[in-house]
Amino acid sequence: MQWEIVIGLEVHTQLSTRSKIFSGAATAFGAAPNAQACAVDIALPGVLPVLNRGAVERAIRLGLAVGAKINSPSIFARKNYFYPDLPKGYQISQYELPVVAGGSVKIIQIDSNGNECEKTIRLTRAHLEEDAGKSLHEDFQGMTGIDLNRAGTPLLEIVSEPDMRSSAEAVAFAKTLHSLVRWIDICDGNMQEGSFRCDANVSVRPLGADKLGTRCEIKNLNSFRFLEKAIDYEARRQMEILEDGGTIRQETRLYDSDKNETRTMRSKEDAQDYRYFPDPDLLPLEISEDWIERVRAMLPQLPEAKRSSYMAAYGLSAYDAGALTATREMADYFENTVKLLPAQAKLCANWIMGEVSGHLHKEVLDIAQCPVSPAQLAGLLLRISDGIVSGKTAKDVFDAMWRGECDGNADIIIESKGLKQISDAGEIEQLIAGILAANPQQVADYRNGKERAFNSLVGQAMKATKGKANPAQVNEVLKKKLTE
Amino acid sequence: MRQHGFGIHPPLFYDLSRLANAMLNSSLKQLSTLLAAKKISSVELTGEFLKRVKALNPDYNAFITIDEKISLAQAQTADAMIASGQAQPLTGIPIAQKDIFCTKGWLTTCGSKMLSNFVSPYDAGVIERFNAAGAVNIGKTNMDEFAMGSSNETSFYGPVKNPWDITAVPGGSSGGSACAVAARMAPAATGTDTGGSIRQPAALCGISGIKPTYGLVSRYGMIAFASSLDQGGPMAKSAEDLALMLNVMTGFDTRDSTSLQRASEDYMRDLAKPLQGLRIGLPKEYFVAGMSADVARAVEAAITEYRRLGAETVEVSLPNTKLSIPVYYVLAPAEASSNLSRFDGVRYGHRAPEYTNLNDMYQKSRAQGFGAEVKRRILIGTYVLSHGYYDAYYIQAQKLRRLIAQDFAAAFAQCDIIMGPTTPTTAFALGEKSGNPVQMYLSDTYTIATNLAGLPGMSIPAGFGDNNRPVGLHIIGNYFTEAQMLNVAHQYQQVTDWHIRMPDKLIT
Repeated sequence: MQWEIVIGLEVHTQLSTRSKIFSGAATAFGAAPNAQACAVDIALPGVLPVLNRGAVERAIRLGLAVGAKINSPSIFARKNYFYPDLPKGYQISQYELPVVAGGSVKIIQIDSNGNECEKTIRLTRAHLEEDAGKSLHEDFQGMTGIDLNRAGTPLLEIVSEPDMRSSAEAVAFAKTLHSLVRWIDICDGNMQEGSFRCDANVSVRPLGADKLGTRCEIKNLNSFRFLEKAIDYEARRQMEILEDGGTIRQETRLYDSDKNETRTMRSKEDAQDYRYFPDPDLLPLEISEDWIERVRAMLPQLPEAKRSSYMAAYGLSAYDAGALTATREMADYFENTVKLLPAQAKLCANWIMGEVSGHLHKEVLDIAQCPVSPAQLAGLLLRISDGIVSGKTAKDVFDAMWRGECDGNADIIIESKGLKQISDAGEIEQLIAGILAANPQQVADYRNGKERAFNSLVGQAMKATKGKANPAQVNEVLKKKLTE
Repeated sequence: MRQHGFGIHPPLFYDLSRLANAMLNSSLKQLSTLLAAKKISSVELTGEFLKRVKALNPDYNAFITIDEKISLAQAQTADAMIASGQAQPLTGIPIAQKDIFCTKGWLTTCGSKMLSNFVSPYDAGVIERFNAAGAVNIGKTNMDEFAMGSSNETSFYGPVKNPWDITAVPGGSSGGSACAVAARMAPAATGTDTGGSIRQPAALCGISGIKPTYGLVSRYGMIAFASSLDQGGPMAKSAEDLALMLNVMTGFDTRDSTSLQRASEDYMRDLAKPLQGLRIGLPKEYFVAGMSADVARAVEAAITEYRRLGAETVEVSLPNTKLSIPVYYVLAPAEASSNLSRFDGVRYGHRAPEYTNLNDMYQKSRAQGFGAEVKRRILIGTYVLSHGYYDAYYIQAQKLRRLIAQDFAAAFAQCDIIMGPTTPTTAFALGEKSGNPVQMYLSDTYTIATNLAGLPGMSIPAGFGDNNRPVGLHIIGNYFTEAQMLNVAHQYQQVTDWHIRMPDKLIT
């Protein structure tokens, strides 16, 4: 049977406020246990929550960026359950009337035929809530330690509709969202520190069926790779059960990355009744039009708009334009480079996505930490475009620039290493004449129809000039001479 | 403090030569004048009241904690303030604090075994205000456990006795505060009122008490029972004293999101206004079945007195009054069930000495730490919030709550103030209703609606019923009309002396 996988994601983004969502304690990562837990965070008797405006503003920012409705009033609700790292015995979250309702995100993928395809993933909602603390099971023999530093950290839970049909789409959506929340500066996106974590709702159904299958929720996937593998494993598991005539139990599952499998955490029957009700300590949140407009005015141009403008202005493909708008820093880098070389946008794009990104990736650096500045890169690309160096030689020059040689000045590196390309027509004619004279056999082979002999002659010419001969000219002159 | 068997008539071991009976009945303003004139120091005044507390408390059990050292140190600070000319109206005056207000360095139990080991590391907003005013904390008063009760019998620290009759309850939940003021162990006290917990004990103990408009007094540091209903307020002998207390207690607090940001008021400002033309609304639903004859007589006499003062009366209707108790006993337990979840034995408070795993620890700690009434309300609240019942109970109750508030809005279109009995009967006997929760809940029949509507409500002494137990007159005002309510009460207290009467046996 042909199966269709249906995926919806719930993404918890930790908002980048300095203080917690309902208290004044700091949110910084890595402090000594309970050093950042104040009276409100540890839920002393009598303490009360006070909403952090910065958290609300960040939620509005996301809402505007995904074209959602901003609810006013918006209601905070208590989600009641007992756990030692949940100090109040309830989590303040939102149930009915979240700050953000609806909206959508566009993802771009390359399909198996190499074609770009764009898809819109609808969002259900995004709501504000507080994070819980952490239970520490190691280090304490027969006991559990509780660290409440994280308790009260603001989260925006972004919930999608079940619009994704493959793990690749889910990853593309998660990456697009990850890039968006950093773009609009509401979340640092640090997945190791748990600032961006996904729950995936996965179900399968016979291809063409209308009705959704029974879903399982996989909790706490904190990398794109785990997201992909967990979905693939889970979809396969469900298909196997159904093909064997079984039924899927609705349940919450955990992904074990060591074993690459998901396993039951709790079934729907064990699901707790959270007894949501409006938190009487927090009045309904009114968000004025005026506030929304002020937030809108402060938003940067969004990646989608930027992507379109790159496509229109520079003739870039949607995929390339998407890669260059993955982060604001990346877009800035591209724009600062292309500004100096407006006629060579495609060359700039290729180099940034190729050499620059490759080097950054290898050294685990951010584009903001790139040792080669946009101006320096433009200096090198200028020499490619005016034929001073070949693309291949330019890579060596770039390596030298990366190492900081000659203050990253491409011209000085080319000069000092003698890498300038030989483009003088007379000089090349003379070079080719010498090569042809020295290799009568290859010349004869070529003329007898052995095309490969031509490449060998090109290679000899390049070798003789240590790669400096302009390859296009070498090709042209060789062809001319051989057909004479 | 647990009570000791001193018998019916408490022996008085101390010398009242300085703190004469007259001074026991002194108003806060009079005490303030004495302090300012250096006729008495705060240390002396505090010492005298402490002596009285120590003598009377074993029989009345009004206080859970007294700490002479801290109280006298605060009195010294107050004396220094007075000496340096920084005195404010309450500087140097001993005030009893309900044990629901977190008080730094003080055991703060909320009347529960659950918090019987909890020394608060911080001060409630209200406590901060009293400290800033230079008031002296004379002790933490007994109360129904987590403010759940109308008789003070649910306290882990034992019941409080009514100073008018030691076999009767003082009311609750602020029974310790009411008793402390009625027995003149403190000139004034704080209380909190979720469904009548200031007004009902004030009525039963023959003192004055006001629950302000919801949002006027900070709830920060006031241990939550039902957040949307809880409101702190003063308990004292007279309306004038209440006004002085309110001046200190009210005000915006950024730490309480339900606190109202309003210009500060002087609640003393209108006390002297004549009542000519005041329109008193008498809800017809209040004057039918349920009220005992002696209470009805006293309330009617008070209203006659008001007519003599120039007020007129109009009949108004609060048709949804009868729904107040059912609505309240859905909403208050719902909020309480969640508010009390933090008492889990993990971070502070009672933890069972032995347990086998996490759930066992939760179950045992809470089973041991909470009393029967608290458990009952947690169960009710958990039930009404549960999946499948939420719409039928919680949502329905919220809708009715709005109707109850609309009743008052309609009534206030016809009158300036509403009056009736605070309670259907005078103080009942200890043990009389403790076995019957519904009977107990009915004693808040008249007070609960104001909490549901968020309106201010007040009780002032209006005579005595059978058995010589006090009757309270209930005064309900529109939102933010506390100054007018205090004026109405004060004018009555200018022509009556109920509020300065005290039990004969406590006069030496």
